Amino acid sequence: MNNKKKKNMLPALAMAGPVSVWMILFVTIPMLYIIYISFMSRGVFGDVVYKFSTESYKTILDPTYFKVILKSLKAAGITTILCLLLGYPLAYIIAHKPKDTAAKLITLIMIPFWTNSLMRLNSWLLLFQTSGPINNFLVGTGIVKEPITFIYTDGLVLIGLITNMLPFAVLPLYSTIEKLDKSLIEASADLGASAATTFMRVTLPITFPGIFSAIILVFIPSLGIYTVTDMLGGGKILYIGNIIKNQFGSIRNWPLGAALSVMLIVITMLLIFIYTRFAKIEDMEVV
Amino acid sequence: MNNPIISLEGVEKRFGSNLVVKKMNLEIAEGEFLTLLGPSGCGKTTTLRMIAGFEEASAGVIKVEGERIEDKEPFQRNVNTVFQNYALFPHMTVFNNVAYGLTIKKVPKPEIQERVMEMLRLVQLEGFEKRKPDELSGGQKQRVAIARALVNRPKVLLLDEPLGALDLKLRKQMQIELKRLQKKLGITFIYVTHDQEEALTMSDRIAVMHDGVLEQLDVPMEIYEHPKTKFVAGFIGESNIFDGKVTDKKDNVLTVQTEAGMMQVCGADFEVGEEMHVAIRPEYMDVSKTPVEGFDLPGTVKDFIYQGTVVKTALDIKNGQEIKYSRFEQDTDIAEGNQVYVYWRPEKAVAIKKSM
Repeated sequence: MNNKKKKNMLPALAMAGPVSVWMILFVTIPMLYIIYISFMSRGVFGDVVYKFSTESYKTILDPTYFKVILKSLKAAGITTILCLLLGYPLAYIIAHKPKDTAAKLITLIMIPFWTNSLMRLNSWLLLFQTSGPINNFLVGTGIVKEPITFIYTDGLVLIGLITNMLPFAVLPLYSTIEKLDKSLIEASADLGASAATTFMRVTLPITFPGIFSAIILVFIPSLGIYTVTDMLGGGKILYIGNIIKNQFGSIRNWPLGAALSVMLIVITMLLIFIYTRFAKIEDMEVV
Repeated sequence: MNNPIISLEGVEKRFGSNLVVKKMNLEIAEGEFLTLLGPSGCGKTTTLRMIAGFEEASAGVIKVEGERIEDKEPFQRNVNTVFQNYALFPHMTVFNNVAYGLTIKKVPKPEIQERVMEMLRLVQLEGFEKRKPDELSGGQKQRVAIARALVNRPKVLLLDEPLGALDLKLRKQMQIELKRLQKKLGITFIYVTHDQEEALTMSDRIAVMHDGVLEQLDVPMEIYEHPKTKFVAGFIGESNIFDGKVTDKKDNVLTVQTEAGMMQVCGADFEVGEEMHVAIRPEYMDVSKTPVEGFDLPGTVKDFIYQGTVVKTALDIKNGQEIKYSRFEQDTDIAEGNQVYVYWRPEKAVAIKKSM
């Protein structure tokens, strides 16, 4: 009996083997190294001194850093909510179009996603700068007297984040809404439910896995992204991603950067844990 | 008909330039089991969906209990539907699926509990109330779908090929169960199917549809014994159909000349010289080794087809057509290649008017 069990394990091990090696090499080891660095201390010249210290973690709790972390969480949260509010109706409309129209619309959504992000972000700056077309229009038509300062503000960063993240919300939402059997909607109407009731009691619960995928796919990257904040915030607006980048870059405080990274990883893992608790893992739809 | 529960008056449905239901007139009595029967694409499902409210009629009037409903939304109509693929809500338990319509109508909780459990008992699904739809077999899902519709006590239950996905044995069993259920509850059933045997087994009346046209509306026996159109004769059961012209008329017996030869059939309102069709069931045909009076229908025995309960004999006749007759046992005195003469009792064949 025991022998048989061992024999049966072999194919499974053989299958898991290569994947495990890959995961250990490219995910586990780098992650352990980040955790290891986060408990070291910083040398005078910005080098890593291999001496145990919890200094970096204490620094995170310092109000200056803590505020940035909270601000980043808030920005990522708002981005996620707005992406869902914009993305769900969009995905719903696309999913109810004929197949070929839907494919074209999805391509349209993907185009900005395939465009170089520097180009996209620069065009936002050009559009919104003091002498840009939007300000020219507002001043020219007399809506405002003075040009409005859009660039390097939290507002523009938010616009940048939303436009950057919207495809990540639309795609998983589209794929779950598209799979929703239309006869379920008809059945609900047949049983006396109005369109609003049908949406709340049938459409929304059944597309919930898509909603959760969208949350994860939008929230996690928006929390760590630094290009958008760097460019549209003009380096004045610091989110957690910028701070991590700076610690590994110009400031050269690797242990602090590592500690901040660990914190991001923990938040991510918490979210995924919640996801697996609330939605069945086999429903997870990552496009 | 006195106070039909549902009536369709000149109902049409157009998809673009395609007229899929043409000038449909239909009255359905309370407590009746009516089947819309026809091949796929004949407009039977579209007709059902117009009654349910999922499709808007392009023309005509649909009434439930004398009240026009064409402009009402599905949720405002007092009819319920059993869908072809069951359409059970996958995120709800069996209990919640069945209770759905009642919770929407804000029926008090104790009453919901009572009515749902009573309905599950009726469809023999007691003890399944906590299961999810994907933990049920096809037949069980079907019962849940029926319970979910019936718990609302609809005036009319619409069933869109509800047994289509089940295997033959289960389908036969469910046919009988459904018919019993309908008799017991006295609810009007409108049943869509392409399976003529199913229609004959279950229905009080059958409406045979073809190309969007209601070809014949009658009780199963009439549909089978006296098809009114060539299509109905060919679609319901097996028939040998001949196209011909009336050459003589004596009392009600017509002599008809066809390409295959001469034959006789009973028919009242036909004129000498009129073009028409003759349909004859395989089981009503006879063969003789010598010519029979009134008939001149020679054929060559091609082969014998054993089908368990009957043996079919295929004959090649003069016009190149192949016709079949059936017997409980194989004829011992004829063999493949023999020349035989086909005949029948004229009253067993059906004279059908040539359609316009």
